[in-house]
Amino acid sequence: MSAETLRIGFIPLCDAAALLIAVDKGFCREAGLNVELVREVSWSNVRDKLNIGLFDAAHLLAPVAIASSLGLGHVRVPIVAPFNLGINGNAITVSPDLHAALKAAAEGDIADPMVSARALARVIAERKRKRQEPVTFGMTFPFSTHNYHLRFWMAAGGVDPDEDVRLVVLPPPYMVESLANKHVEGFCVGAPWNSVAVDLGIGFILHFVSDILASAAEKVLAVRSTWAQENPDTLAALVRAHARAADYIEDAANRAEVCALLAAPNRIGVAAEVVRRTLDGRLKVAPDGTVRASERYLRIGRAGAARPDPVQAAWLYGQMVRWRQAEFSPERLAAAQAVFRPDLYDAILGPAPTSPPGEPADHVGAFAGPPFDPTKITH
Amino acid sequence: MDPTPNLKIVIVDENPIRAAILEDGLREAGFVQVMRLDETANLLARIYAIDPDVILIDLENPSRDVLEQMFQVSRIVKRPIAMFVDQSDTASIQASVDAGVSAYIVDGLKKERMKHILDLCISRFNAFSRLQGELERAKSALEERKVIDRAKGILMKAKNLTEEQAYALMRKTAMNENKRIAEIAQSIITAADLLR
Repeated sequence: MSAETLRIGFIPLCDAAALLIAVDKGFCREAGLNVELVREVSWSNVRDKLNIGLFDAAHLLAPVAIASSLGLGHVRVPIVAPFNLGINGNAITVSPDLHAALKAAAEGDIADPMVSARALARVIAERKRKRQEPVTFGMTFPFSTHNYHLRFWMAAGGVDPDEDVRLVVLPPPYMVESLANKHVEGFCVGAPWNSVAVDLGIGFILHFVSDILASAAEKVLAVRSTWAQENPDTLAALVRAHARAADYIEDAANRAEVCALLAAPNRIGVAAEVVRRTLDGRLKVAPDGTVRASERYLRIGRAGAARPDPVQAAWLYGQMVRWRQAEFSPERLAAAQAVFRPDLYDAILGPAPTSPPGEPADHVGAFAGPPFDPTKITH
Repeated sequence: MDPTPNLKIVIVDENPIRAAILEDGLREAGFVQVMRLDETANLLARIYAIDPDVILIDLENPSRDVLEQMFQVSRIVKRPIAMFVDQSDTASIQASVDAGVSAYIVDGLKKERMKHILDLCISRFNAFSRLQGELERAKSALEERKVIDRAKGILMKAKNLTEEQAYALMRKTAMNENKRIAEIAQSIITAADLLR
């Protein structure tokens, strides 16, 4: 095994858990790997440092891995993802005012994403009529699941995300502050930031993103394609250490220890209790203390979550095409799908079931529209 | 006429000292239209209003992700902005990342001009971090001096030694244990606190 130190970049978020535990619990060391974790402040930094070789691997937004491989928004550097760090885990949080407005405009229960999306369309129409400022939502990156999840949701209710609302990029640590000072009225972000807003009494969690898509690839363990080819043994050891970490995290008996490790100031840097809510899938969703539990909230390893699914990559590419970030071509679709490497996962960890029982037949399970079909991505 | 001095350059940096060093450097090099943005609220709107040719941003600034939104197809963008460095130029990007600076430029700006600006920024950023390093070292030297003085006082009192004897004892212990004298002094203070 290579004796040199691997440098791996991450953003302080709960879905970096498998990477952080693989290192901090010693699974990497036991696999013969020396890992230096580097905490980063922006996805652009993570992408650039991975692309130019300052990082050997990274905790990366799944769509950034695809965009990088397709040369969208930046130079083209082919990336491969042999391991999924997380499925789901995002949530949409809105300000108390917008929450009340949605409730008042809703025909039904706004816990239903179709009801809430249509209510949003009504709130927006009312504001336009009164010539008020449009509703502004924060999301984390142009090529982010958060951007696509917000757009998918509101578009289903008849809102044009490019015309009717403002979508602005905000670094996750600035989300809560921006909601507090009313720069945005809502946002879609990963854990722990939704919980932080609720705890401060300035936000309501409107939806877990699993209400919108039953299964959504979120972050991946990303490496350069050339690096994967040149370092197959190191990659295998790294993936094995991640698989051990994911199992360790999902075992509820280890929860307290895992949360304490993740909460450290040089890791995620929030209270262990907040990390715990995320991993338990039990979130306080309203300032009055209302709790909502969902087994579909952030999945790290359970129910086949760690195995990369090219259908998920196709869905993300489909969103890039839908929102005119990318042009459609069968070659690009194939290149996007080739970023997610279940073959590497299987070769390293042994075969896993391709569609675990109880999961949506189309691998996505969107709340609106026809089942997802990768062969029908068009405009 | 050389159009370079007319370039509009925006510096996004929350560190006012570094931003000032950078601005001075650019002005000395003949760039007259240099603006600093040290607050990140409504960053994009302010940048659109200025409509710069070049944006320089500190890599430790989370708002880099905000700038990436400018690449997107959008009705409010007046001019496309691309990050300096193309595929062929990894040496430049590596040097700039090492120094901690990132640059975004309008499409079509001559690469040689950009290289000149970036080289200047890199050397300024490096100069700043050297300065920062020296400051840190001076600060920690001062802290160490305080720790050593306190430990000396404890030893003098506990063992009834003169100042020179107390210092000599710490120095000898440090040499024997292959540690720095400040570390020995810190252990003495910690032990004294525990035993109090």
